[in-house]
Amino acid sequence: MISIELIWAVILAFAIFAYIVLDGFDLGIGIIYPFLTKKVDRDMAMNSVAPIWDGNETWLILGGGGLFAAFPLAYSIILPALYAPLTAMLIGLILRGVAFEFRWKSKSKKNIWDQAFILGSIIATLMQGIALGAFIQGIDVEGRAYAGGWWDWLSPFSVFVGFSLISGYALLGSTWLIMKTEGDLKQLAIKLSKKFATIMLFAIFIVSVWTPLLNPEYFIKWFSWPFMLYALPVPLLVFLTSITLFYALKKQHNIKPFLMTVFLFLLSFIGFLISIFPHIVPPSIDIWGAASPEKSLKFLLVGVVIFLPVILIYTSYTYWVFRGKVKLDDFQH
Amino acid sequence: MIDAIDLARFQFAFVVSFHIIFPAFTIGLAFYLAVLEGLWLWKKEQRYLDLFKYWLKIFAVAFAMGVVSGIVMSYQFGTNWSVFSDKTGPVLGPLMGYEILSAFFLEAGFLGIMLFGLNKVGKKLHFFATLMVAFGTFFSAFWILSVNSWMHTPTGFDINATGQFIPLDWFEIIFNPSFPYRLIHMLMAAYLTTAFVVVSVGAFHLLKTNTSNTNSKTMISMGLWMIACIAPLQLIAGDFHGLNTLEYQPAKVAAMEGHYESKKGAPLILFGIPNDEEGRIDYEVSIPKLGSLILTHSLDGEIRGLNEWPRDERPPAEIIFWSFRLMVGIGLLMIAIGFASLWMRVKGILYSCRWYCRVLMFSGPIGFVAVIAGWVTTEVGRQPYTVYGLLKTVDSVAPIDALAVGLSLITFIITYFIIFGSGVFYIFKQFQIDPDQNEKFNNVLAERGGISYIVNALGRVKKTF
Repeated sequence: MISIELIWAVILAFAIFAYIVLDGFDLGIGIIYPFLTKKVDRDMAMNSVAPIWDGNETWLILGGGGLFAAFPLAYSIILPALYAPLTAMLIGLILRGVAFEFRWKSKSKKNIWDQAFILGSIIATLMQGIALGAFIQGIDVEGRAYAGGWWDWLSPFSVFVGFSLISGYALLGSTWLIMKTEGDLKQLAIKLSKKFATIMLFAIFIVSVWTPLLNPEYFIKWFSWPFMLYALPVPLLVFLTSITLFYALKKQHNIKPFLMTVFLFLLSFIGFLISIFPHIVPPSIDIWGAASPEKSLKFLLVGVVIFLPVILIYTSYTYWVFRGKVKLDDFQH
Repeated sequence: MIDAIDLARFQFAFVVSFHIIFPAFTIGLAFYLAVLEGLWLWKKEQRYLDLFKYWLKIFAVAFAMGVVSGIVMSYQFGTNWSVFSDKTGPVLGPLMGYEILSAFFLEAGFLGIMLFGLNKVGKKLHFFATLMVAFGTFFSAFWILSVNSWMHTPTGFDINATGQFIPLDWFEIIFNPSFPYRLIHMLMAAYLTTAFVVVSVGAFHLLKTNTSNTNSKTMISMGLWMIACIAPLQLIAGDFHGLNTLEYQPAKVAAMEGHYESKKGAPLILFGIPNDEEGRIDYEVSIPKLGSLILTHSLDGEIRGLNEWPRDERPPAEIIFWSFRLMVGIGLLMIAIGFASLWMRVKGILYSCRWYCRVLMFSGPIGFVAVIAGWVTTEVGRQPYTVYGLLKTVDSVAPIDALAVGLSLITFIITYFIIFGSGVFYIFKQFQIDPDQNEKFNNVLAERGGISYIVNALGRVKKTF
């Protein structure tokens, strides 16, 4: 049954997925930055995302803002529950965000803003992963408020998801570089991609086995007949996609490795949605229980219907303007 | 031991005050850039392109700092003020959603082309991108000021069984009674803030080089036209906004004016020390009847004093009495500077009068001070409520631990001072480059640091006196 609450859940899922992929590759550039030792390589990597990172990060605001507007109850429970990792994530995003502008201004040889870019990207990614892990584990609720403690978010599972996400974003970043660069840097990116792809697939496997064990409800969805039938294509497609990814890396394809990585993220994201649906604060609150009144949902839906297509058009246009292999001298302003 | 709520309030005040500095500057600067690029396309004069490129670099840094400090804001509501979020989400959430969809994406989407795309997309499309960024800053101000105004003058809502505010009439919510005044007042404040920065940098270089410095003169001239026109209008807009506040939040106005006792024909208190404890003003210096004249436009109009409200429903006059005077004082100074510029243009000494140039140079930051003082006045004046008259601040806070809020507060303070300190440092470094020499210095930054801008300026003061 299609209800406006469900439509909003889909919009929110879309915004979050767009954020994961888009900011994922530019955060990933920060994560693999230590492997780029030559200054010119670093300049190239930075330039390949400089015109678009800001737009990419806007999806995070849409995710947060959309949650606030459409599911204010979920917003007011999840954010206090994830207080520490979210605050640390924000600090990380600040550090790396300003590094885009500051590193061109700093004269010193050992550019401190390069370090800030690396540190900020890793912190932001780790904390997003931890927040995701803590969310999947479930959040303690009493009445209309968070009822857990200050360290509930910290667990072996959440930390593992945190590190898994680092490998995932690193893979998005390195396959992005394959697409955007040439020569030595591209070869380096291919080598890195092979490493991070291996780590990420291993991480996907562990998280997939671990998640159903956290909650009997998740277990039923993944391992009981006939639910299994709906869930089964996901792991199968993951398997096929990874084979294609490694093949494309071996053949040194430009675009395919990035697309395959995006597809891996999509499959993992669908797996995540299968686990938690229809909850928006697992395990207790579902999307209908947390939704704003219909009048609020309808009003903003009009805005989404009008603006989202336009946003997608001009965002694509910006990507189109800066398409192709990146060159150094394009980026002086 | 300090309460979690006090720490949460301080944290919000800190992050929002830091944040507003950047939008207040970039809202004006985005339009200045659009005007410069438009003039360049129209008149084909090199100086406009020079200035466009000069200010674009500063815009890039300021905008990046505005974005990252803004993301923090969008999470503050949830982490520290979750009860407020749960209760107001159905009304305020969609307005913020419209801000994200119509403003944030527009700015971010076209910023890349604006910064890096001049040689890639051609002049006209590039101008279009600059315009879109400028409109983005305007839409952003529109929606967020609507949200803020609704918290001051809530209309068009109902309250449901769980205590949530729910929307009844979106038009009434968006165009709530204080919104038009606040929007106009803030936009003009942003334009004035930017104009003073532009004029200050121009004056600095004019004083330094002391030759026929066309780009610096262009900056000074454009900025002063803006100031001469907008500063007086701002006074009028401020007066209207004040009258609107008197109607909807009389306690705030009483605290701003320092009126504790209700009076017919109340004086205008110029100076005094408000004493909230005793409910009176000490060492009062005032002009009889003028207070009533200004607020009610009649010599014998009645003004309600703070003592009419129970103690726990009064805003602290000890803060906003001062912040209000600071804002108004700067506003009057701006008007004086604007009028002086007109007189000097007539006399033909606008660029040659050195003391006036020095005044301009040192007035660079006054817009920021006025903006922050104004926001302190209106926001502290809304206390003890978040949604005026309906939801108290103490009832809005998240179920949080003082330790967690305290730790995050310290982290924010340290990070902000390092990051935004560096940002301001780089902006000052850019200011040191002569706008007439900008192309020569393109990407070769001045050897001296931002500190020497200040040292130079101080050296000049010494010579003056």
